[in-house]
Amino acid sequence: MPMIEVKNLVKKFGDFRAVDNISFKVKAGERFALLGPNGAGKSTTIKMLTTLLKPTSGELIMNGYNVLKEQNKVRKSFGIVFQDPTVDNDMTAYENMELHAVLYHVPKRDLKSRIKQLLELVELWDKKDILVRNFSGGMRRRLEIARGLLHHPKILFLDEPTVGLDPQTRVLLWNYVNKLAKDKNMTILFTTHYLEEAENNADRIALIDHGNLISIGNLKDLLLKTKSKNLEEAYLKLTGTEIRDEKLEPGVAWKERHRARLR
Amino acid sequence: MYQIYILWFRQIKKYFRSKSRIVGAIGQPLLFLLALGYGLGSVYKKAGDGNYLHFLVPGIMAQTVLFSAMFYGAMLIFDRQFGFLKETLVAPVSRLRIMIGGALGGATTATLQGFLVLVIAYIIGFRVSHIYMIFFALIIMFVLATAIATFSSGLGSFVQDMQGFQAINQFIIFPLYFLSGALYPLTNVPTWLRIIAEVNPISYTVDAMRYALINQTKFGLEKDIIALLITLVVCIAYGVWQFRRIQT
Repeated sequence: MPMIEVKNLVKKFGDFRAVDNISFKVKAGERFALLGPNGAGKSTTIKMLTTLLKPTSGELIMNGYNVLKEQNKVRKSFGIVFQDPTVDNDMTAYENMELHAVLYHVPKRDLKSRIKQLLELVELWDKKDILVRNFSGGMRRRLEIARGLLHHPKILFLDEPTVGLDPQTRVLLWNYVNKLAKDKNMTILFTTHYLEEAENNADRIALIDHGNLISIGNLKDLLLKTKSKNLEEAYLKLTGTEIRDEKLEPGVAWKERHRARLR
Repeated sequence: MYQIYILWFRQIKKYFRSKSRIVGAIGQPLLFLLALGYGLGSVYKKAGDGNYLHFLVPGIMAQTVLFSAMFYGAMLIFDRQFGFLKETLVAPVSRLRIMIGGALGGATTATLQGFLVLVIAYIIGFRVSHIYMIFFALIIMFVLATAIATFSSGLGSFVQDMQGFQAINQFIIFPLYFLSGALYPLTNVPTWLRIIAEVNPISYTVDAMRYALINQTKFGLEKDIIALLITLVVCIAYGVWQFRRIQT
């Protein structure tokens, strides 16, 4: 049974099809990269998988549960590191971690040790009692990652997790994530614009553009199919070199157009 | 339960960390008490109604609770803007619990604000008729605060920007407050104003507060309590309904 199953997924914002009939499956323990230009539909897909957005149509199954009907069971099955910051700036690093641990039903006896272990991993333990508003962007990002790993989910979503991180922290993150996938058989679904991260850390790569799945498979097949030397070359061959619109939240572009029409 | 507790506690912590919120929320009622209490006190006395400050304090306490609890909806909008809302929405905790935890936190701080006004009022000469009735006043304030906090979180889930929220706040909460009898007695007012006041839930809260603190009532306590409970149920229903529909 696949850990994640996406069947004919569609998300429309007005007449704009952000996700246009996508289907794929991810096995348990697999590291799956979702790649594509800005606005391709990656984040929208992740939002639908993580119960934040309702699909227009299609079916989503995760960990054997129907994402649309068994939301709470699904939510227990995954963890996510979002693309945008989601930590509370008016709380300390420790408090952010603690709140997350409680929301995710981490057993009380493990709580302190696990928070300590992860904050040490991202080298924030000595700053645990500082309000997050005083953190730099990179520190916040590290906190966010530590928090996403706090409960041990079956599926971990990483939506551009390494944006703004220095190479040291990136290496650290990927080592840890790969270890989780191997030791705990955790399923990893991630997006990134650093293609070497997908080359090094993904078992399979899916490419989406304009809401459509244009390629799916392992790196070797993808390179063979596109006759490319590396992922970047394959990526550009498949998606073109044209620069996409600046990133807007899904639906915003449509709303803005709609508003202009009303004026 | 622990989930509700930690979300409640988050609101309390944030409140005590924001000195400006505490000061600001005391400043406004203090201004009302001083400017209106002293400014209109003599007129009120001449009209033969007694001590205006005594009349005014329960109303100002209700006002403080009302506006502080409405602020919870603004907090929700901030949580959305700063992304924290997503963190709670993907957590394996039902939306109902998330809402209850936060709204109870907002209600607790609002009640605390109301109590602070009472302390200030004591300093400038206000006295309650029975000291133990303060507990009753606290309960009334907490019920009102819970109703308004859940209502405002419903509003905050539906309106996504601060300006829109403020506009609705001014359109709903200000009229409800000014037409409630918090600032003036509802005896001898024009019929239209009396009718509005009688369908306005805030009037009953203010009336119940007056009953608790200065032993005066216009509608009678039974009516007040029934009105307050109806308000609570309607607000919770609205808040839960809106909050469940949140998508980001």
